[in-house]
Amino acid sequence: MPKYRKGTEPVPVPTPISQPFWDAAKQHRLTLQRCANGHMFYYARSHCPKCLSNELTWFDASGKGTIYSYTVARRPTSPEFEQDVPYVIGVIELAEGPRMTSLVVEMDPDAVKIGTPVQVVFDDVSEAIALPYFRPA
Amino acid sequence: MGGLRGDAAIVGIAEFAPVRKPDRLWMGLEGYAELARLALDDAGLKLSDVDAMMTGHVAEAGPMFMPGHLAEYLGIESHFSEIVDLGGAASAGAVLRAAVAIEAGMCETALCIFHTLPRPQNPMGGNQRWGRNWGSPMTEFDYPYGAIGQNYAYAIITNRYAHEYGLTDEQRAKVAVDQRTNATVNPKAVFRTPIDIDDVLNSPMIVDPLRMLEIVMPCFGGGAVVVTSKERAKKAKNRPAYIIGGGENTTHLSVTYDPDMTHTPIKAAADRAWAMAGVKPKDIDLASLYDCYTITVLLTLEDTGFCGKGEAGKFVEAHDMTYKGDFPMNTHGGQLSFGQAGIAGGISHITEAYLQMTGRAGDRQLKRCDTVFVHGNGGLMSEQVSLILRGE
Repeated sequence: MPKYRKGTEPVPVPTPISQPFWDAAKQHRLTLQRCANGHMFYYARSHCPKCLSNELTWFDASGKGTIYSYTVARRPTSPEFEQDVPYVIGVIELAEGPRMTSLVVEMDPDAVKIGTPVQVVFDDVSEAIALPYFRPA
Repeated sequence: MGGLRGDAAIVGIAEFAPVRKPDRLWMGLEGYAELARLALDDAGLKLSDVDAMMTGHVAEAGPMFMPGHLAEYLGIESHFSEIVDLGGAASAGAVLRAAVAIEAGMCETALCIFHTLPRPQNPMGGNQRWGRNWGSPMTEFDYPYGAIGQNYAYAIITNRYAHEYGLTDEQRAKVAVDQRTNATVNPKAVFRTPIDIDDVLNSPMIVDPLRMLEIVMPCFGGGAVVVTSKERAKKAKNRPAYIIGGGENTTHLSVTYDPDMTHTPIKAAADRAWAMAGVKPKDIDLASLYDCYTITVLLTLEDTGFCGKGEAGKFVEAHDMTYKGDFPMNTHGGQLSFGQAGIAGGISHITEAYLQMTGRAGDRQLKRCDTVFVHGNGGLMSEQVSLILRGE
């Protein structure tokens, strides 16, 4: 099933608060939350990390961003990733501002650079879960 | 500013030599008891003097009731019990809490103990994998992307730092090389074979740009520190090392949400310690800085104020950081060469400071060691504790 990795584990297990994020991801939409005071953030939370507002709404993100920093794992970071080396773990700065960690795919690991524009892609790793990865825009 | 008056002192330590292959197995409480015995013996204090404990967890206690388990096992009355959960900064955090509690009059003598010792296999089963907890944001939003463990995070920080300020592989390697030189004269160090810059650069790439010799090797070991009041310190066997400054800062867990990867939370912890102690970097005889990776040392040198932002690469090139050098640092070899005994890794930075301050550091002994800066770093550059120690 997965397109970009040999393995699928570990697959995230949603909580009641994060379920909407994973439901949207399954429809291949990247979503973020916004609080009543306009703060936007990633990951799924019950309260805004800037002001503790609990009036939060989900919205569709652009799916665009840039590579803030990255590493190329030449050795697996965990046994589940043994078949996948080398792979690129990136911290992506989303166009909306928040950062998220993900895999950078469809790119030669030796060509990855900080500042590279990227675009979200989704990988269906299970019946319930699609993971957002990023490829060069 | 308020803070410590400098009325609590380290008066004794114990350390197990780190080992990669254990020669015996320990239940957690057994390791605590042995380290307590050795440290009290070093201090010249009695078990009945102990009335506080600042420790980590042991598996047999589970997530609750560690102080009860330990008070009962050691046979002490503890008037101040703390489980210190700051990752690699836990040991420094424990000494800081001991000083605070003693100065506040809550207790008089505290045992700070941490170890990672090999346990017998649990016949009752139940070996849950560390960190795979439902509802943990890191488990849910980092791990699925291979962002697991520590190596990747410090590599990401290194790349970002190099992007903003410039940093060469050779500059990072210099940290590992000088620390190894220190380890060659520490019989307790795990890695004692001399290395040079090329050895570091030729070691296998693990997570770009960090190579094997820039990354700590996990091993087994542990240590203990006895902290007591000024009054009781005068009766101790060794020269007291007064805790004259301390600072702490925790801002995040996952590197993803690190507010600024190149301006670390170390600075706020160190600034507090310097202001409290009233000393400056030039007054320091030994820098004992947490070193899970070479990059950790470079960022710590900058954010504790030993050099300016963006200058760490040039600083390590310009200075000899060995016990013979002009800027002695991690004279035990650092965790990179001494060994990192899991959660107890950071206690080696404190026990080494005390050995140096009491003239017991053997062939690596500094001529003068009166004032020491200790820094502990935990997690993914997330938990930070600075201590400043001064010998009487």
